[in-house]
Amino acid sequence: MGMTMTQKILAAHAGLDSVQAGQLILAELDLVLGNDITSPVAIKEFAKLGKDSVFDKDKVTMVMDHFAPNKDIKAAEQCKMCREFCGEKEITHFYDVGEMGIEHALLPEKGLVTAGDVVIGADSHTCTYGALGAFSTGVGSTDMACGMAVGKAWFKVPSAIKVELTGSLKPYVSGKDVILHLIGRIGVDGALYRSLEFSGEGLSSLTVADRLCIANMAIEAGAKNGIFAVDQAALDYLRAHGAREPRVYSADPDAQYDEVVQIDLSQIEPTVAFPHLPENARTFSQIGDVKINQVVIGSCTNGRLEDLQAAAEILKGRKCAKGVRVIIIPATQQVYLDAMEQGLLKIFIESGAVVSTPTCGPCLGGHMGILAQGERAVTTTNRNFVGRMGHPTSEVYLASPATAAASALTGRITSPWEVMEK
Amino acid sequence: MKYTGNVIKYGDNVDTDVIIPARYLNSSDPKELAAHCMEDLDSTFASRVEPGTIIAAGLNFGCGSSREHAPIAIKASGVSLVIAKSFARIFYRNAINIGLAIVECPEAAQAIQEGHRVEADMDSGIIRDLTTGQEFSAEPFPEFVQRIIENGGLIQSIANGQIR
Repeated sequence: MGMTMTQKILAAHAGLDSVQAGQLILAELDLVLGNDITSPVAIKEFAKLGKDSVFDKDKVTMVMDHFAPNKDIKAAEQCKMCREFCGEKEITHFYDVGEMGIEHALLPEKGLVTAGDVVIGADSHTCTYGALGAFSTGVGSTDMACGMAVGKAWFKVPSAIKVELTGSLKPYVSGKDVILHLIGRIGVDGALYRSLEFSGEGLSSLTVADRLCIANMAIEAGAKNGIFAVDQAALDYLRAHGAREPRVYSADPDAQYDEVVQIDLSQIEPTVAFPHLPENARTFSQIGDVKINQVVIGSCTNGRLEDLQAAAEILKGRKCAKGVRVIIIPATQQVYLDAMEQGLLKIFIESGAVVSTPTCGPCLGGHMGILAQGERAVTTTNRNFVGRMGHPTSEVYLASPATAAASALTGRITSPWEVMEK
Repeated sequence: MKYTGNVIKYGDNVDTDVIIPARYLNSSDPKELAAHCMEDLDSTFASRVEPGTIIAAGLNFGCGSSREHAPIAIKASGVSLVIAKSFARIFYRNAINIGLAIVECPEAAQAIQEGHRVEADMDSGIIRDLTTGQEFSAEPFPEFVQRIIENGGLIQSIANGQIR
């Protein structure tokens, strides 16, 4: 029987010729990731295993991004614990303030993930690297600890939903609109325990940044992983970032899928997910006058250079609405630098936005833009759960960088088509 | 292993942000986390939960973040078992890994109501609503998973020599 892309990667890492959905396997890991929230728990668990060293100091990485630069004393202690552990274990890829960026933007940029890899990360958005043809999935701190110790993890081989893409996106529509549309169609548990496998002739029209954004939010449909067929654009990206030699796996023609979802990219409109679930996707014919207090453009979902360029195109020469706090967060130091050199930071600051150092900060209600009681934000982040960005009565509306920027100008949830037609 | 307790009931898509809000993730101390468990969803949880409490919930319990702090907070609150229609996959894995008993049983999760007294036998998968006398059958975990939970989690199981 034919295998999906994910099944082929897992079989290869388990030393098996083939696997099928439901099978339990033990797979070799190419990379184990943690951040400043999840790693401290993993470090404590690792200590109980009595191991002197990690399985491979080049294949463990920690990124201080969630509450860093340290938001308070406890956060500082957590980063310190990670710093000391990585120093003691001589971890090659430890990213602290000054080098760090938001983990899922940083790792592809640093070339730490490549096509055909098996990656686990103690962060649910680890599924991002599927955009580059890796099997990559979020786990908890205990799995991270065991992964660091032995370089292996057990998995139940997932079945898959095939997402077949056709057409190409309209102006000011991006990968974020595609994934919000998809989650709106299948629901927050629509892909529970399964893979979302993206392919089709429409793939070639999506930038790697769009794909990273789409794969990033596979977890918001409950998926174990999201994965894209590897094409020349993905290979070019990997080469440009100095990634290890890619191992390209393609789904067999007779691979079994639980279902096939067709998406015509040319039909996708600017899309917004209303509180309090990412599945509450609406297009602008269903959105009335929703006043907002804050806009956040950034995160592992939408903090890449292409995202900032999309926002800058809309904000250029215009002013953010009075009373709206606009916070823009380049996802990595490199994105920050590129945005500076391209003049984007100037556009943002002149429009009335603030630009922050890379951090996950506001996305999870950590710091750098917390909402008060009853406040509303349009954000390019990935979750709009109750209390996600602050007070439990505050509201988060998920959108693309273009929609967030357009909303910043008007002070209400606004389509980029409305602003850019003027 | 048998668990008996009074039920606290929730709906679908209980996410890890409401189980333990990120503003408390600057600590990984189970007691501190337990003090804030569920507070954005149900401010009465901390005062109502007691040793042995069983949570019954709907679909996709534990969706969202990979924070292991979520099952840790629930377990440290005194909850003995979570029965749900379905679990989000990272939460499912984390619960087993830290030794929080969970069981998927849509029928039981639907029928059992707030305040009912419930007994669950994890070896046989039989769940009894002692208040109504109804009985439900869930797929029991394989023995090795049951041992992980009974030993207090994966790391403890390895330390105890249960898993090599």
